[in-house]
Amino acid sequence: MAYPTNFRYTTEHEWVAAPAAGAKSARFGITDFAQHQLGDIVFVELPQVGASLVAGQAFGTVESVKAVSEVFAPVSGRVTAINADLVKSPELLNSDPHGAAWMIEAELSDPAQSAKLMDSAAYEAFLAQQEAAH
Amino acid sequence: MLAELGLPSVDELFSHIPAYCRLNRSLNIPPGQAEADILAYFKAAAAANAPGFTSFLGAGAYHHFRPAHLDNLIGRGEWFTAYTPYQPEIAQGTLQSIFEFQTMICQLTGQEVANAGMYDGSTALNEACMMAARVTGRSGLVVARSVHPQYRQVLRTLTQFRDFPTAEVGFTPAGTCDWDALRAAVSDSTAAVAIQSPNFFGNIEDWEAAAEIAHARGALLVAVITDPVSLGLLPPPSSADIVAMELQGFGIPVGFGGPYAGILASRQKFVRSLPGRLVGEARDPDGRRGFVLTLSTREQHIRREKATSNICTNQALCALMASIFMATYGKQGLRELAQHNLAKAAYAAQACHNAGLEVLFPSPRFHEFVVRLHRPLADLEPSLTQAKLIPGLSLHPDYPELGHALLVCCTEIVPRAAIDSLAALLAQR
Amino acid sequence: MPDLSQPAGSRAARHQVQNEDLLFEISSPGKCGYQLPALDVPAAELAHTRQEIQYFPELSELEVIRHFTRLSTWNYGVDTGIYPLGSCTMKYNARINELVTRLDGLGDGHPLQSEALSQGALRIMQLLSQYLLEITGMDAITLQPAAGAQGELTGILLVRAALAARGDARRKVLIPDSAHGTNPATAAIAGYQVENLKSNPGGTVDMSSLERQMTGDVAALMLTNPNTLGIFEEDIHRIADLVHQRGGMLYMDGANMNALVGRSRPGDFGVDVMHLNLHKTFSTPHGGGGPGAGPVAVQRELSPFLPIPVLATRPDGSPRLDFDRPRSIGRVRAFYGNFGMFTRALAYIMANGCDGLLQTTEDAVLNANYLRKKLEDVFALPYPTPSMHEVVFSDSLQAARGVHTGDIAKRLIDYGFHPYTVSFPLVVRGALMIEPTESANLAELDQFIGAMRAIAQEAQATPELVTSAPHTTKIRRLDEVAAARNPVLRWQPPPCASS
Repeated sequence: MAYPTNFRYTTEHEWVAAPAAGAKSARFGITDFAQHQLGDIVFVELPQVGASLVAGQAFGTVESVKAVSEVFAPVSGRVTAINADLVKSPELLNSDPHGAAWMIEAELSDPAQSAKLMDSAAYEAFLAQQEAAH
Repeated sequence: MLAELGLPSVDELFSHIPAYCRLNRSLNIPPGQAEADILAYFKAAAAANAPGFTSFLGAGAYHHFRPAHLDNLIGRGEWFTAYTPYQPEIAQGTLQSIFEFQTMICQLTGQEVANAGMYDGSTALNEACMMAARVTGRSGLVVARSVHPQYRQVLRTLTQFRDFPTAEVGFTPAGTCDWDALRAAVSDSTAAVAIQSPNFFGNIEDWEAAAEIAHARGALLVAVITDPVSLGLLPPPSSADIVAMELQGFGIPVGFGGPYAGILASRQKFVRSLPGRLVGEARDPDGRRGFVLTLSTREQHIRREKATSNICTNQALCALMASIFMATYGKQGLRELAQHNLAKAAYAAQACHNAGLEVLFPSPRFHEFVVRLHRPLADLEPSLTQAKLIPGLSLHPDYPELGHALLVCCTEIVPRAAIDSLAALLAQR
Repeated sequence: MPDLSQPAGSRAARHQVQNEDLLFEISSPGKCGYQLPALDVPAAELAHTRQEIQYFPELSELEVIRHFTRLSTWNYGVDTGIYPLGSCTMKYNARINELVTRLDGLGDGHPLQSEALSQGALRIMQLLSQYLLEITGMDAITLQPAAGAQGELTGILLVRAALAARGDARRKVLIPDSAHGTNPATAAIAGYQVENLKSNPGGTVDMSSLERQMTGDVAALMLTNPNTLGIFEEDIHRIADLVHQRGGMLYMDGANMNALVGRSRPGDFGVDVMHLNLHKTFSTPHGGGGPGAGPVAVQRELSPFLPIPVLATRPDGSPRLDFDRPRSIGRVRAFYGNFGMFTRALAYIMANGCDGLLQTTEDAVLNANYLRKKLEDVFALPYPTPSMHEVVFSDSLQAARGVHTGDIAKRLIDYGFHPYTVSFPLVVRGALMIEPTESANLAELDQFIGAMRAIAQEAQATPELVTSAPHTTKIRRLDEVAAARNPVLRWQPPPCASS
């Protein structure tokens, strides 16, 4: 699966996608690599609308049969919407992690923060490095 | 075998252990003994442990009759020598029986989901409070003083190095929880309110009243039950959020204090915060129904430091004894069993009263009650021992304000004649 | 020589297995399996009673017997055959243990009986304590913890109390990445931060990492020895010294004591506090997942903090319970512990004696090394270091063909064996953790080896046979994903049923 070029990525395998450059709100999710590591997803736990987000702190969990992973906020902000479809059908995360399986929408406290994260090329290089190290 | 390994002796297999770590002498333990000698040792020990006495002790461990087929069934090697059912294809026996067990506990307690067991009632109370803290995001605990003293001690020990402010609430002259004091103690930072019924004195508490007080401030009600036999007759704690119950009364031997088993039962919506093992239904590729350990990601072997608990064991064999007991007595049998317990204790309380003893607490009770003696229990012990009676538990250490009070339990196995003897001996001045 | 041409062969012959419905599906109104004696006192009334227990089963005694008997035939136990789960020590559960536990006075003894009437039970606890202290080389012991994990928690709480008493409270606990999951879970519950300690290429504690991480803020190092790879920590002296020099304590998880009893004592190599698993090393039965028992043994300094009551001795040698322990951490469970496990463990120790216990350890280590030698050419061995009572392979040679440790385990079932431990420890990718114990004769070991070698061949030649195993069991692989997505955790009556 290709990694969308308009997303920014963290070393913990989350992505943030702003609809247009400098936009004040964005969607967050986890990457194809992350869902593959976890295996069949059985449950997703998301925060409440209105909850505050701090870059680098956990905002939810993703659970598969064999593992649970915390999901960390790529940037700071406040939750404005959660993906109810994902909560109902966690398996979406396996089939479409970059699209239909977005997790939350957030109002960003500092839109410039995402620019400091990896772009798709950097993330793909990061993944290649991880594979080699194993 | 050593030849295959190319080794001259077994010692070679241990030679990599550094010299200072090696024990260079025999263990100071006698050589292996024959079964007959081992049996003789234990028989002598058993003889020094009051065999054949009639016991009026309860207080968290109850003497109920164990059906004859119980030990016979669990004695099958496929039950008691099996391991945790991590390979479901060759453990469907264990898994199906746990699924049945979980169901029966839900039916009995009026809850929606039950786990496959905790160590005992005391640690189940601790786990229930921790679960309430996770669910509510709060850390305050409010516990009635009429909850078993040892259960409260365990809670204190296991929470002492983390921040769980705990308040205790007393009881009224009627021997039940002081609802006004409880209302005053519960606040918006209370995670769990723990009430026991029948309480430590044997008195029946009002689950609805407790639930109303807890829920008014957004706290969870933890219902503690120390004898599951009581649920054959008493209203179940359906309004509680978490039930922490000791299972011993259901066919598990009193056995000088263990092993027992506890359970947690709760609402479906809290299931991901529930510690311990859970068995769920599943299908194989041919569509056959089977059972499997599920939601394991809450558990220590996957979540490690983020686990809901560190528990690994689930007291499976004890839970199996309870399942067989429940299946044997069944719907009508459990009711009748509870009625027998109620009747025996009512007779015993009356007999004590007729013998001139004060029976404390005029509240409805199940199979335990409290009497005030005219003299310290120690003075009466010689005559009681001579009559091969174990009288009950002195409450003085935990409730000194009650004076020479004695907690007496009378289950279905105690003969009427023994009750009459007890009353006469206890009433001695 | 086992017949390898017929995988299902003589071990895994099918047998008639009744499909047995749930209790609620067999139930019929009005049936009962009990009879209470007539009441010899007047009946009593309660103002508020429950409604009947909806859908609760009603069966005859024979139906109960057939139900639980049939269910049992679908299980595999130690009585059935070797059970090579790593670090579980699935050894023989002797029947004399069961007999002595049920004697009148012991099986029905009440924990709150007066001390005068409990001398028999207390003597048993006293003798067991004495033997366990001799085996571990420690100074004092508590039998109260209900299981290994509770023993771990008790041990760490003792460390915490002791350090507080020194005026040196610390915040962290170090745990090797190969440790059992209960270790970090326990440390977190005791209020400590967990810090991971990496293993070196030999699979043991990396001394330079320990040098760096063992700071003045670390309360304890939690070690399993031999570790979960079955490898003895040969640097244990340096490890213990380093931990002690920096003011911390060494906790040992005693799960693998089956490799050490009679040969080496943790108290002699610097351990401050450890737990034992009576249900592993000391043969108390696993019962399908419990009960266990996890006594905790300590060095002198930790003794004042032990849970109450502590078993003490009167001048005449008779046992008594000491509640007067002002510095105790309190109670970790009601009553005195899993007494029924004490009787069984004591009977085991008596039956084996000093000679038998040593023999047991030697046989356990010999059996594991025999398996290692006979399988190391077909399964990858991630660490060259000597194994003790268990050996850990990885599935890397089979993974290239798409066959993983879980698949090999399932195929082993078709050969009539219970699988080994799958995917643990996590430091090995695709681990196969095998502990035969001493409860296996040479013929059984050779059959097991034959089966594993056959499966290794199948993994190369016909991998689908392995990845779709098992084929000969009552049910095949269950859809655990669906079970976790939509958990059904209890039976419910069908929609149109009446109670």
